[in-house]
Amino acid sequence: MRKKIIFLINFFILIFVAIVFYKGLKLDAKYSTEDLVGQTLVNFSTTTLNNSSGKLSNIDIKNNKYSIINVWASWCGPCRLEHPIILRLSRHKDLNIFGINYKDKKKNAISFLNKFGNPYKKIGLDLTGFLSVDLGFFGVPETILINKNEKILLKYVGPLNENDYNKIVSRIRE
Amino acid sequence: MKMTITKLFLELGSEIMQQIFKFLFQIFFILSLYVAQVTADEADGTKLSNIYKNIRCLICQGQSIEDSNSDFAVNLRMIIKDKIEDGLDEKDVYKFLREKYGDWILFKPSFELKNIFLWLFPYAAFILAGFYLFFLVKKNRMQ
Amino acid sequence: MIFGKIGYFSLLFSLIFSFLILFIVIKNLKNKNSEIKQNVYYFSFLQLLLVVLSFLCLVLSFVKSNFSLVSVYENSHTDKPLFYKIAGTWGNHEGSLLLWLVVLVIFSFLFLIKTKNVPNTYKLHTIGFQNIIIIGFLSFSIFTSNPFVELLPTPEQGLGLNPILQDPALAIHPPTLYIGYVGSSIFFSSALAAMMNRFVSKEWARSIKPWIFVPWVFLTIGILLGAVWAYYELGWGGFWFWDPVENASLLPWLASTALLHSIVVLEKRNTFHSWTIILAIITFTLSMTGTFMVRSGILNSVHTFANDPSRGLFILVFLISLSLLSLIIFFLFRPSNVAFKYFNFFSKETSIIVNNWFMMFFLISILIGTVYPIFLEVINGSKISVGAPFYNFIIIPFVAPFLIFMTFGPKLGWIQSDFKKLIREIIYLTILTFLTLLVIIYVIGNIKITSVLILFTSLLLLYSLIIDVLIIFIKGNKSFQAGRLISHLGFGLLVLSIALNANLSVEKNLNIKVGEHFEVDKYKLFFENLIGKTEANYDAIVGNFHLLDGNKDIGYLKPEIRVYHQPPTVTSEASIKSGVFRDFYITMTNIKESDYFNIRFQYKPFMNFIWFSALLIALGGLLSIFKKDKIQL
Repeated sequence: MRKKIIFLINFFILIFVAIVFYKGLKLDAKYSTEDLVGQTLVNFSTTTLNNSSGKLSNIDIKNNKYSIINVWASWCGPCRLEHPIILRLSRHKDLNIFGINYKDKKKNAISFLNKFGNPYKKIGLDLTGFLSVDLGFFGVPETILINKNEKILLKYVGPLNENDYNKIVSRIRE
Repeated sequence: MKMTITKLFLELGSEIMQQIFKFLFQIFFILSLYVAQVTADEADGTKLSNIYKNIRCLICQGQSIEDSNSDFAVNLRMIIKDKIEDGLDEKDVYKFLREKYGDWILFKPSFELKNIFLWLFPYAAFILAGFYLFFLVKKNRMQ
Repeated sequence: MIFGKIGYFSLLFSLIFSFLILFIVIKNLKNKNSEIKQNVYYFSFLQLLLVVLSFLCLVLSFVKSNFSLVSVYENSHTDKPLFYKIAGTWGNHEGSLLLWLVVLVIFSFLFLIKTKNVPNTYKLHTIGFQNIIIIGFLSFSIFTSNPFVELLPTPEQGLGLNPILQDPALAIHPPTLYIGYVGSSIFFSSALAAMMNRFVSKEWARSIKPWIFVPWVFLTIGILLGAVWAYYELGWGGFWFWDPVENASLLPWLASTALLHSIVVLEKRNTFHSWTIILAIITFTLSMTGTFMVRSGILNSVHTFANDPSRGLFILVFLISLSLLSLIIFFLFRPSNVAFKYFNFFSKETSIIVNNWFMMFFLISILIGTVYPIFLEVINGSKISVGAPFYNFIIIPFVAPFLIFMTFGPKLGWIQSDFKKLIREIIYLTILTFLTLLVIIYVIGNIKITSVLILFTSLLLLYSLIIDVLIIFIKGNKSFQAGRLISHLGFGLLVLSIALNANLSVEKNLNIKVGEHFEVDKYKLFFENLIGKTEANYDAIVGNFHLLDGNKDIGYLKPEIRVYHQPPTVTSEASIKSGVFRDFYITMTNIKESDYFNIRFQYKPFMNFIWFSALLIALGGLLSIFKKDKIQL
């Protein structure tokens, strides 16, 4: 009898392991920082690309129904890829797009925008990379959607695609 | 002096000897564990390095920010250095990073309920196996 | 083009032969025929020939840059040097699987022809189980990972191979490891067959011992090669990162080390039947689990093959089926420890039990650390990382006690021991070690407390073994356990070297431009200039660093920044100056938009001792296989 119990225990452990590994296969092994979604945006403030506009900070977020913060750089290939989508997003009424220019040279950033279009209402500067970490970013490009209450609604790591665009648009219509 | 110790051991008989050995052994163990834990952050010079070794570079494949020279790693090293110099202690740095990036960024899993099995099972298994084996061997001694 | 077809159909026919063999085995056993039909030998040989032929076809395709095959196209390039074209055959999932199969069929055939003086039914059963495993892997290859899939129209050029994988150590690393993993399938099948035939005994132990030791030696060397590659190629200066794939190779190693200790007891004293069988099953299961983790895409690591989960599903089903099979057979045919032998607390038997106790602790810690993130994410949704700090915390405290048992365990006799002699030895050794340790601490100065314990116990082990060797020479003993002495010596030296290396390594990280210099302790490095160079498949910038020790000229360190063409990748190549007692290690990366370079310089003592001691461990295992070593002192 004791033998049977030990056998059954082992059997069920094996089945349990099998199920967990099976489900594990379906998980995405890459990192995605969904943790940030639902959190409140941290307090930040930074100088802007065109000095005359002053500063970019939480005040700008609080003044808009929905905001997007998009981290980008002129030297970043995928940023160029997603740029048209950012431009399309900038045409939405309730949505304001703020850019953070990451570890870039001002003149390169400006010529990038002149060449490909400027969707940004304001562009903050992150010359050291510190601001991005403070905001919970770790690479370029990254995008977050925030509401008036500074709550982070969506987060995207990597260039935005058509699906992401649709999801953002449907979210701001709510 | 050597001779009397030997005689003493022999006189006490092997039964008690085994108990003593087992006891000393356990003391030694606990001592080593404690020492290992306590001396983890010993030398202040390497304290920063130890923190770096505990933080995962998120855009690399399994490297710590100590080992990686990617943009993110270099950034993070500078930020953490600033925070430590500002007076933050190690735990606060980890808290800051966990809030931004989640638990995944730390290589040493936190000691909380969801990780209890991870931290305790090896020790539990070791101790339970120890008792089982002790009684097994005891049973098989020559009478 | 033709090679692709030959290769594919060879595999297919090999699969058919495998089924045939299995069928013959089953029929043979149903007829209670205790003679092994010649057919089994012929078909096994054909099976081997076909798989080898298939493999050769793939190698040739790589060598000839036959891009009509998808695997050649995805992993090779005409510019690659010949050696790496060949090694590229197994630098990808499909090809490496084929290599695995080659080793598998060769081992199986060797077992068939070399095993003598064993019951024929046991031998047949073993071949039967082996062929189940062969069928599993052949099916996996043919149906999910076919290396001979064709691409039309044939591309002009291939996509190249990841430059990090173009390294000699890495070329031999997989074949060596596979011999280790595959070897474990032999003693797995043997264990199941032995149970079914009531053959779990000292005779079985004697016959299966070489089949445990040989894979173990290769597994040890395979792990060593992986560590050497990581050190020379990855540019971080480390050699072990507790990466899940590294752990996947270490787990079967731990299990098979426990097994080879246990099988010695089974052979000498005819006891520990069940546990030895369990270890044999666990070792193979861990090899398979490792295969699953590496190839299924379930883990995030530098080493994983990029894969789709459907392959993972196949391996998972295969793995679970084999585990279930072994579980059922174990409970139906469990070897009964009828003639249980007696032994005291202070005996060799007990010390081997203690060895296994510790081995299982290390094994469980590493196993749980590796798979826990998967379990947690499935059950809870949270993603955590388990890395070096965890493993170091759990494992390091147990190393010192382990070394103590390793020192005194082998001194105990079978069944019981002479106390008086042992206590005297303990006292002498302790004093000797303690004095040496004082000298070391005085000379070195700055040592962490945890290291003191480890240094003490590893020195204790080394002294004990050195004295044993001296006694052998003085007494002129003709027979002694060379294997055990050398492997244990290797292990003691390994721990000592790692502890010293960890304590004495120095590192400096700084930004510097050409013309400048910097100092680390007594060493001076002058950044003299930069040179550009072009090789077949990459361009590079080489930094010339002149290294001086006080006034002595040590030479040049030349770290590189390489830009490979296919695929376009930028890597930093470490420059290592390796000496008997220390290595100098330097890597260089450029800083964007600047004349400055970021330099990481490391002084690493005893690195070669680490590699050497791992070789000693393997060597000891090799020596243990030869007959004359069986006689005890």
